[in-house]
Amino acid sequence: MRLEQRENISPYLRIAAPLLAVLVALGFCSVLILWSGHSPLTAFLFLLKGSLGSKFAITETLTRATPLIFTGLAAAVAFRAQLWNIGAEGQLYAGACMATLLGTGMLPLPGWFMIPFLFLAGAIAGGLLLLGPTLLKTWFSVDEVVTTLLLNFITLLFVNWLVFGPWKDPMAMGWPQAAPVIDSAVLPILLPKTRLHVGFIIALASAMITWVTLRFSRLGFEIRAVGHNKHASRFAGIPVRKTILFTAFFSGGLAGFAGVSEVCGLKGYLTLDLSPGFGYSGIVVAMLAALHPLGVVLAALFIAAISIGADSMSRSLNISNYIADVATAVSLLSVLAAMLLARFRLRWR
Amino acid sequence: MSSVASPVLQLHNITKTFGSLVANDNISLTLRQGEMLALLGENGAGKTTLMNILFGHYVATQGHIEIYGKPLVKGSPKAALATGIGMVHQHFTLAENMTVLENIILGTEPIFRLRHHLSTARAKLLKLSMQFALHVDWNTLVKDLSIGQRQRVEILKALYRDVKILILDEPTAVLTPQESDKLFTTLRLLTGKGLSVIFITHKLKEALSGSDRCVVLRHGRVVYETATKGIKASTLAKAMVGGALPEIKKKKSTTSSQQLLSCSNISIFGSQHQPLLDGINLHLFKGEILGIAGVSGNGQMQLADMLSGMQAPDSGEIQLEGERITHHTPREMMSAGIGRIPEDRTSTGIIGDMPVRENIALEHYQEPGLSRFGLLKFGSIEAYAKDLIKKFDIRCPSTETPVRNLSGGNIQKLILARVLSRKPIVLVASQPTWGLDVGATAFVHEQLLQAKLEGSGILLISEDLDELLQLSDRIQVLYKGKISAPVSPDQVNAATLGLAMSGHLEEFSQQIGQPAP
Repeated sequence: MRLEQRENISPYLRIAAPLLAVLVALGFCSVLILWSGHSPLTAFLFLLKGSLGSKFAITETLTRATPLIFTGLAAAVAFRAQLWNIGAEGQLYAGACMATLLGTGMLPLPGWFMIPFLFLAGAIAGGLLLLGPTLLKTWFSVDEVVTTLLLNFITLLFVNWLVFGPWKDPMAMGWPQAAPVIDSAVLPILLPKTRLHVGFIIALASAMITWVTLRFSRLGFEIRAVGHNKHASRFAGIPVRKTILFTAFFSGGLAGFAGVSEVCGLKGYLTLDLSPGFGYSGIVVAMLAALHPLGVVLAALFIAAISIGADSMSRSLNISNYIADVATAVSLLSVLAAMLLARFRLRWR
Repeated sequence: MSSVASPVLQLHNITKTFGSLVANDNISLTLRQGEMLALLGENGAGKTTLMNILFGHYVATQGHIEIYGKPLVKGSPKAALATGIGMVHQHFTLAENMTVLENIILGTEPIFRLRHHLSTARAKLLKLSMQFALHVDWNTLVKDLSIGQRQRVEILKALYRDVKILILDEPTAVLTPQESDKLFTTLRLLTGKGLSVIFITHKLKEALSGSDRCVVLRHGRVVYETATKGIKASTLAKAMVGGALPEIKKKKSTTSSQQLLSCSNISIFGSQHQPLLDGINLHLFKGEILGIAGVSGNGQMQLADMLSGMQAPDSGEIQLEGERITHHTPREMMSAGIGRIPEDRTSTGIIGDMPVRENIALEHYQEPGLSRFGLLKFGSIEAYAKDLIKKFDIRCPSTETPVRNLSGGNIQKLILARVLSRKPIVLVASQPTWGLDVGATAFVHEQLLQAKLEGSGILLISEDLDELLQLSDRIQVLYKGKISAPVSPDQVNAATLGLAMSGHLEEFSQQIGQPAP
């Protein structure tokens, strides 16, 4: 069996590949559900009902998709430039810390100013956190996969120290969490009696802006060129290092947005369970979207629907909601395989 | 060669397709014992594909191969080796950090064996090297060998495996004329002992002087087959190109005394502090083509990289029209007026996955005409691309096509278009016709001569001596980072240049009557 490169990849194949990957993932999960003694069809029905079956379910899915859009965009932008940012999780917490530092009463600013200000500050924090590993990459060729991944643990331990130590809220009855953000820093709710907040709109706007930047701007041109071929880019006069550093700031900033949005929109305060791995799921989202910023929105909605739906499925059928994690992980693996098969064709000799 | 010799290798109706491309179309071929067969054809004619099928790297879509009358197992280099087929690739397959001896026995022994049978290997090799006059020091590391010596190691490697049929892919591409002569002497010795040789080439001279029989491929088909004796070069050329050769234009001297580019005392050192460029001086004048001859790996890459802004010299100074540009970045080099045609066009000159349009704009997208307020002006870029596609006759389905889908000739046209439309003061062209077919080569030559007429100074770095002799107004030779004094192409021929290219700079200086550098 050998792989042979396809000369031309048809646009149908490009779209079919991730869809097929998702089907494979669901198929794999069906086997697990069968194994646990339930009908996959019923299970998926509950999953669908739990994620899209009611107005509330839909808003829950959109709320869950919000951080995934941000981290998915973060991964997509970085991966376009072949900057393998695995550190969105840490950058998310960096943004969350910034929101906590500035939004819990230190600066009593009005809401119309406070919210953009916190997002900007969070983006800077996330961007700066990725800048370190990126400088090591451009100066000393240190592998950013390793540095960004390990930086996640360092950041998380730092947050751990903060919420158990100096930032611990005395009003929280001993729970390790920071003080809540002040009222002017809370993101407005979009629909009453739901948790859907303005962060979702900001996420959609970010996806639009990212798409325009990549497609129509000079920076986007440079990011794409550097991602495809660094050597030729340098030869053509593109400032490769500068482009990679800009990309890092862009990517880290988007992940920082996710942290601000979760603290100010959903939770209201910083805790250690702010993110159940949104940074890592963002990688899956970006890959499912084939690194397309608008595709990221769709992919994030899909992953969010699976995980919200799995919660309701597990309540109704007593199947572990880890099935959502399995589906997410398997869809990443199968999308990687599908992308390979979209570029190459299998030949049996 | 007498016609009674029995066939050792027969290809029957070999067809190979890649998607819609037919690389080999119903090719039949016979090789006889003791015969030296030249497989001629332009780049892209299907020569290498055919040999890769024979050696088992590819599987033919149709057809079969017989060796000594027995069918050859398809798609297995191991089977090909076992039946006595050996291949010397254009790019050598030697492990640089191992000795010659280790390289030769590599792969002939099981991996898990505690001791090498070095003494038997040595004895066998000694016999072979005496028999065929292939002398190499066994204990040298391959990285310390010259290109010619490495090729000898490759041939010995094949002989050590008792090959009966030796295939050489463009064997003289990296050799000096002297080394090429030596190679053919060796090959003659081999056929004299009953081996059969196929060599792939696109050089007519070699086919005429070296082979017993010529087979010409064009567009994947055998278009001509003949005994070499008595055949005319023009007949072969016509068969190869499928028509008359493009006319070679007589060059006109347009050199003026106005100096455009000067490099003084340039040195660049490698990672082990070995000089890659060693005190180079060169001067380029308006309206001239200065040819830089030399076997690749003697500093050409560093010279081109330096003038492209990719690598600053460790010492020395570069001036363009009197202005220091020694430490310019690639972008600064371009805006100063240096146009660059890179040696490796597919990995340096273009970004294959991006469309034609964006590749045409690749070097100037940031200029006011093509972008504004940080956004690209798509309309202007599209118009600019369409204009150049028309002017330079770049064949592409649309401006949206990923540029990697273009042929080599069209990619080079795109690069030329990008550079020449800017009217560069100095053009640095590295191997501008490497791997191109006759038509595209003629186009590139025409464009270079045109640029020269318009007053550019051109530094033409090439391994192709005929090209250098035909186009250049002056020629300098690079050898191990040192550069010879300039000579006029009227004063020298390929053989004299070959002397300098193989390091005999003093003899070379004597022959051209100038002091050694």
